[in-house]
Formats: sequence, structure tokens, C-alpha cells
Amino acid sequence: MGAASAPLIELRGISKHFGSGDTRVDALRGVSIAIEPATVVGLLGPSGSGKSTLLNVIGCITEPSEGWMKLDGEVVYDGRWLRRNLPRLRLEKIGFIFQFHNLLPFLTAVENVAAVLDLAGERRAAALARAEELLDYLQVGRRKHAKPAKLSGGEAQRVAIARALANRPRIVLADEPTAALDSERAGIVMDLLRKVAIERQTAIVVVTHDEKIYGRLDRIYRLRDGVMQAVEERAPAAP
Amino acid sequence: MNYALRDIRHNLGRFAMTCVGLSLLLGVVQSMVGIYRGLVEEALVVARAPAADLWVVEAGTQGPFAEASRIPGDAREAIARIEAIAAAGSLTFQSTEADRGGTRLRLYVVGFERGRPGEPEELVAGRPIVRSHFELIVDRRAGLALGEQIRIGRNAFTVVGLVAGHSASGGDPVAYMTLLDAQRLQFELEPSAARVQAARGAPRTQTDTVNAVVARLMPGEDAADVAAVIARWKHLAAMPQSAQENLLTYSLVDRARRQIGLFTVTLLAVSGVIIALVIYTMTMDKLREIATLKLIGAPNRVIVGLILQQTLAMGIAGWAIGRVIVAFAADLFPRRVALLPADTAGLLVIVVILCLAASAISVRVALRVDPATALGG
Ligand SMILES: Nc1ncnc2c1ncn2[C@@H]1O[C@H](COP(=O)(O)OP(=O)(O)OP(=O)(O)O)[C@@H](O)[C@H]1O
Ligand SMILES: [Mg+2]
Repeated sequence: MGAASAPLIELRGISKHFGSGDTRVDALRGVSIAIEPATVVGLLGPSGSGKSTLLNVIGCITEPSEGWMKLDGEVVYDGRWLRRNLPRLRLEKIGFIFQFHNLLPFLTAVENVAAVLDLAGERRAAALARAEELLDYLQVGRRKHAKPAKLSGGEAQRVAIARALANRPRIVLADEPTAALDSERAGIVMDLLRKVAIERQTAIVVVTHDEKIYGRLDRIYRLRDGVMQAVEERAPAAP
Repeated sequence: MNYALRDIRHNLGRFAMTCVGLSLLLGVVQSMVGIYRGLVEEALVVARAPAADLWVVEAGTQGPFAEASRIPGDAREAIARIEAIAAAGSLTFQSTEADRGGTRLRLYVVGFERGRPGEPEELVAGRPIVRSHFELIVDRRAGLALGEQIRIGRNAFTVVGLVAGHSASGGDPVAYMTLLDAQRLQFELEPSAARVQAARGAPRTQTDTVNAVVARLMPGEDAADVAAVIARWKHLAAMPQSAQENLLTYSLVDRARRQIGLFTVTLLAVSGVIIALVIYTMTMDKLREIATLKLIGAPNRVIVGLILQQTLAMGIAGWAIGRVIVAFAADLFPRRVALLPADTAGLLVIVVILCLAASAISVRVALRVDPATALGG
């Protein structure tokens, strides 16, 4: 493995518990993973196994209880956060895709995508141009001036993916991105994510219960009771 | 990109309704202040009209407005002879009911000496009083027309001139007549027993009494000094114009001021609570969007800005619409509503402070929103 394929996401012995005493829940126990660029990995496991918690830890939303974490070449956690401004860290490194699209209802599709760039301090015109380009890339360009309420589920999810990609993150995290879509649209969205992963050298982590999309994953992590049970390498067909 | 503005435009109808509701409330606040200012102005008009430097009244009283004052009519001549005095005029004041073709009309009658301080100036219509009897100059709010005749006491008076903005502290329009007419009116309105005694030729209390003498000073003279001189005379007391005005503002309308002040403060508190509630519901409705903004990396200042800008937009829009409503409604009030620019500006400052305070809870809630809640699932 060369420098180019050094892991974008690297976790060592990450644990997370909520509460203490009788109410203590160990959501993650000593999880270690490494995910290289141009990979789409799936995070599987029964309900309550810690999938969302793991995703939130990688997304720098939930602080781990212990462990070490490196994102895109930067050690961000080592027993404590090494960066004070976590929103900024998210803005720079990570794109999020939600189960329900979670677009801002008061902005149009293109503005939703541009918002991320706007927050990162990019000029408005440049932000809008890049947002339009992304929407075209995801084949929803013609809906760019529609408000989210006017978009179909598949369109909204593609706008959300465009938003996740807007700041050129090397890490994209998706929590059940296809749960609200039928299998055909779920397939289209997953193919898009694979295309993004390969073309933009991105590491994409997808939490899913959806067996129909297993065929489109490069690797599957199985969690149970916060413990990483198995890692399964796969060779998906090219999108 | 301004998120506050975009969100307002997205829910424009609801935002507009809220602003209109708030503007009615803030309109009432502005009217209350206007009514108070109107009260003070109305109370001062009669005292300011003679453009006097000095008020001479009965000794031991704070007349003629705050307390009854009676002084002999010849006091004016004696006062006018003081070297420091440039001019002096006798005045009477009394409330009366006039008869206007069968309907009653409350008037505040001021008797003055023609050509002397106290004569109404700056007529808006008609002419000054030229005859010594039965002519009247009234405030136009009495609704009388030039040439119209009304009955006051036993005599019919003709309206020859109109003034604007002259009303007594009780709100009654002022009617000016000659001192002689006014003195006769005071006599007529005395208890009938006294009049019968007088008709029998019994020695009567002097008819030539007035309520006050107003005086203007020679240039360079000090009102307080001259007042001290006059106070040495038996039966007379004197106070400078400023003291008379203070007396009117602080003693006569003080209770009204506290009443209205308390009411205004209550209304402002209600406005504050309503703003806080509205902003709180607006924020609660947006928790998901706020979580999303945080998740995609919006710093706290963007979130706080969103809430504060919307609160301020609402408060300032409410204030402005309220101001416009009051401007149109002011003339519908039976008494004067005085809208001073300083009060309007002051209220704006209060509204801004109120908005900032009212959004405190919402800002706290918004800052505590966990970005993870946006992920769902
Ligand atoms: N904020 C929290 N406070 C307390 N316990 C929590 C919190 N978040 C998660 N947990 C607990 O941690 C464990 C793992 O939760 P997590 O949401 O990661 O599960 P999941 O695998 O995503 O489940 P699902 O498939 O239902 O979404 C669960 O037992 C959950 O109750
Ligand atoms: Mg979950």
C-alpha cells in the first residue's frame, strides 16, 4: 500500500459509554477500524448495537470515552479532542447524509448545497456555481430552484448527497441513506456514492439495515453490543 | 446567505401575522405615552398661552390652576407700576357649561384684558375680540363655527375667532372672553342667596376680583427677585413661569403620569413575554434545522444570529407598524395624543433591549441542540 491509500479513517480502541452505575450503557467497546480512500463500507448490526454511535464518533459529534482517532491525516482524538472548534473540523473534513434528507426547508436545492460552502467562507457566486455543478453531477440539476418540500424522496436524497460533497470532504458518513427510498432509487443512490468514492478518492461509511445494497459495498463491518464482530471484504461490481 | 431572512420569507404569512399582532400591542404602548404627553401639553397650554414671566396670585395659594386664588382687580395696576415689570394683565379662569342650541358644551372660560398679557394670540381663524362684551374666541376643538352664537350664563356670545390647541388640564376646550364678561359670569354663578343679598343692596363681597395677574418683565430682570418683592405685599404671592409649569406637571398631572406609566410598563412586560413566547415556538419548530446547521458545521454565531435577527426583525417591524397605526389613529382620540420623536426613538431602544432579553431562553435552547439529533435513525 502506497501513501495514497493510507487510511482516511483510523480508529484504535475507541470505546463509548453513556451514563454510569446501573444505567451505564457500553455503546462501543474497543473498536478499531481503518478505511482507505475510494472505499464504500457498510456498518451492519442489530438495533442498539452501536452503529449510529460509531458514526457520530467518526463525525466528531459524539465524544468517545477512550481511544485514538485519526481523520484525513490528522489525529483528532487521543483521550480527548485535540481540536477545540469541532464544527470547523466537520466543515473541513466530513460530509453527512441523513436518513431523512434534512435539507433546510427555507432554502432552494442549490442554496442548500451552497450553504455548506457559504459557512466555510466561500464567496456566494462561487458557492452557487459549485453547488449547481454538483447537482448536475448527481443528475438533479434541473430541480435546483425547487424548495425541498417540492422534491421527491430520491431527488431530495441526491441533493443531500450533493450537500455532503460540497466542501470536498474526503470522508462521507451516511446513516441509513436509503431507508426512505424504494429499492430502485436506493440502488441509484448507492451507485452514485460508489462513483463519488472512486472519482473523488473518498472514504464513505454507510450505516444500513438494507440487504439490497450489500452488493454495492466494498467492505462490511458487523457490530454487536458495541463490539466489532466481523469484517467482510467484498468485490462489488463497478457502478 | 442570510438564513434568518430566508426563513422569514419561507413562513412569510405567519411572520407577518405575528408582526401585525405585536404592532397593535406596541401601538397601544405608543398611544399611552402619547396620551401622557398630551395630558402634560394640555395642562401646560393655558399656563403658557399668556407668555408670562411671572404669575401673581392670592397669598398662601399656589393658584390659579392648582388651587383657587382670588385677588382684587386693582392689583394689576399696582403690579404694573413696579419698575421691573413691562406689562401685566388680569386673568380669570373657570369651568362652565355653555348652551349650544339645546346641547351642553363644557368650556374652560378665560377672562382677559384686551391689549394686555393673557390676550390670545395666533388665531387660526377670525379676528381678535374688539367689543367689550359678548364676543368669544374658542378653541376649534369645541366644534364651533365663526359667527355662531352660544349661551353662557345669561348672555349670548358670538364666536369671532378660533385658536388651536388651547385646552384645560381636564381636556375642556378654552373659550376666551373679556375680563368684564368673565367677572360677570363668575358673579352669576355664585350661590343665589349671595346674589339676593346683593340685590337688596347689602354690602357685597367685591365684584372686581380676578384669579391671577400675569406679568412680563423688563429685559434683564430676574423673575425670582421680582416675585420676592411682590410677596412682601399683603394678600399677594408670586411665582415665576417655570414654577407655575412645574406645579402643573408635577402636582396636577402627577397621578395621571404614574397611572399611565404603570400601565405602559405593564404593556411592555406583556409585549416582552409575547415576543419571548413567539420566538420560543419559532425556535422549537426549527430545532431540526438548527441541528442540521450545526452538523454541517455552522458556528454558534450563525445559530444565535438566526434567532436574534428574527426577533429583532419582528420587534422593529412591530414597532414601525405600530407607529404608523398610531399616527393615523391619533386624531380619533377625544383628547390630545402627542407623539414626540424622542419618545418614539426611546421606545425603539426599549423594544430592541426587550427583544434581546426575550430571545435569551431560545438562544440557550438552540445552543444546546445536539447536532446528532439531525442524523436521526
Ligand atoms: N445519548 C445517549 N444516551 C444514552 N444512551 C445512548 C445514547 N445514544 C445511544 N445510546 C445507547 O447506546 C446503544 C447504541 O445505540 P446506537 O444508536 O448507536 O444503536 P444503533 O446500532 O444505531 O441502533 P439502530 O439500528 O436502532 O439505529 C443503545 O443501547 C442506545 O440505547
Ligand atoms: Mg442508529
